[in-house]
Amino acid sequence: MGIQEIQEEIVDEFSMFDDWMQRYEYMIELGKSLPLINERYKTEDNIIKGCQSKVWVHAEMKGNKLAFTADSDAIITKGIIAILIRAFSNQTPQDIINADTQFIDEIGLKEHLSPTRANGLVSMIKQLKLYAVAYQTQLN
Amino acid sequence: MLDVTKIRSDFPILNREVNGKPLVYLDNAATSQTPQQVIDVIVDYYSQYNANIHRGVHTLSQEATDRYEQARQKIQKHFNIAEAHEVIFTSGTTHSINLVANGYTSLLREGDELLVSAMEHHSNIVPWQMLCERTGAILKVIPMNEDGELLMEVYHNLLSEKTKLVFCNHISNALGTINPIEEMISAAHKVGAAVLIDGAQAAPHIKADMQALDVDFYTVSAHKLCGPTGVGMLYGKSEWLAKLPPYQGGGEMIAEVTFEKTTYADLPHKFEAGTPNICGGIAFGAALDYLNSIGLEAIATYETALLKYATEQLLQIDGLKIYGTASDKTSVISFNIEGIHPYDIGTILDKLGIAVRTGHHCAQPIMDFYKIPGTVRASFSFYNTKEEVDTLVTAVQRARNMLL
Repeated sequence: MGIQEIQEEIVDEFSMFDDWMQRYEYMIELGKSLPLINERYKTEDNIIKGCQSKVWVHAEMKGNKLAFTADSDAIITKGIIAILIRAFSNQTPQDIINADTQFIDEIGLKEHLSPTRANGLVSMIKQLKLYAVAYQTQLN
Repeated sequence: MLDVTKIRSDFPILNREVNGKPLVYLDNAATSQTPQQVIDVIVDYYSQYNANIHRGVHTLSQEATDRYEQARQKIQKHFNIAEAHEVIFTSGTTHSINLVANGYTSLLREGDELLVSAMEHHSNIVPWQMLCERTGAILKVIPMNEDGELLMEVYHNLLSEKTKLVFCNHISNALGTINPIEEMISAAHKVGAAVLIDGAQAAPHIKADMQALDVDFYTVSAHKLCGPTGVGMLYGKSEWLAKLPPYQGGGEMIAEVTFEKTTYADLPHKFEAGTPNICGGIAFGAALDYLNSIGLEAIATYETALLKYATEQLLQIDGLKIYGTASDKTSVISFNIEGIHPYDIGTILDKLGIAVRTGHHCAQPIMDFYKIPGTVRASFSFYNTKEEVDTLVTAVQRARNMLL
């Protein structure tokens, strides 16, 4: 599935919920299925800056696709990074670079999109895209 | 007893909703809300007499100057300061501390010692570290115990004739501890050290008397006491302020300027370069008027009762631990729930219309002391109610159920 389709699938899932509480509970659930980062990659270098909680992300190429793993010490943040990784992982770097992230707004997490928000969702998106740019440069 | 219903009607912001819920504002230690009486003064300034001060001969300038200087006198009176020129208007506590730290560059020598308490806000740590880098002075830390109380015995042992300056907050922003500053000041003076007290958290709760305390420097931010942001005070004893060189150069702070030499203005203008936050200064005075109309003692009594109630109620929640359990503390409760990150609790509380602070509260050394990433901090003001405490407790309980 391409990034766009996965995002639509996530939006569909979230549209089943009536209120924010159910959406947050679902997000927390999704956090539990996050592909966890190997403990040895939980280094200072892999921490995303700009988050109140700690978020570690690691990326590696599998064939021509980029796979992400991550973790966070806060459960809501873990859910957010899980949603992003579900959309972006196992895609080509170029597709990740081109991807739009408006779906975050559509699943009712708009408030997290503010660049000043202390949870650092914007920093997470930036970091995933930076990995994609780095690997794309290598491919070129 | 305070008429809290009437008091709440003074604060228009308390009527708003957040995320579809009535706002419960419990982030007062970060910034307090502004009563209509102060908002009116701000509107009046910009609608009636906005002008630059101290220089103009026209009526508006004179009116603005009079009101600004009246505000200085109100501050003088409120803090029982001997001379009005010992009140320096600054942009707030951070600016006040930097002003003193900068001035001390020329007064310190290598090997001089500065003492800092273990529970300081970064703004009362970093300027002194920078000062030490410039001068070769040494920064030593007054440790604290698990309850968040300073170890006074160690403090007394740290003091020596090498000690030039001691700085400590009157009340800790992260823990609520009221520090024994009277004892600290008199002990420091015995070895000839000056003392700077960061009064940012204390000013909304305690009417500090500068002459009785015999403190050398005291700093306040107006936005913590129902005034606007971007304005505050540095109190300094005349003798110390006279020793410190000017912090910033510019207009207002000069007596005479030629390209060969400039002479500086007298206090307080020596430290007030440029056009100040005129409206802010006047509103700062109005905020003190407002607090005094209610009475700081009545406020403290009410807040202490609210703190007691909130502490008892919150401790009913399984796994909840409070950081900062000093016997003498103000209405700040820093807490965590076992197994839950403070950020997660803060996020859920926000969805429920409750404003609290999460994180390290600009006091990372305290978090390192307790070996935690941060806390959730609920800080109560005199316009908060028992019902709001109940809302908080129910919401924390709900967050716990969701997150565990």
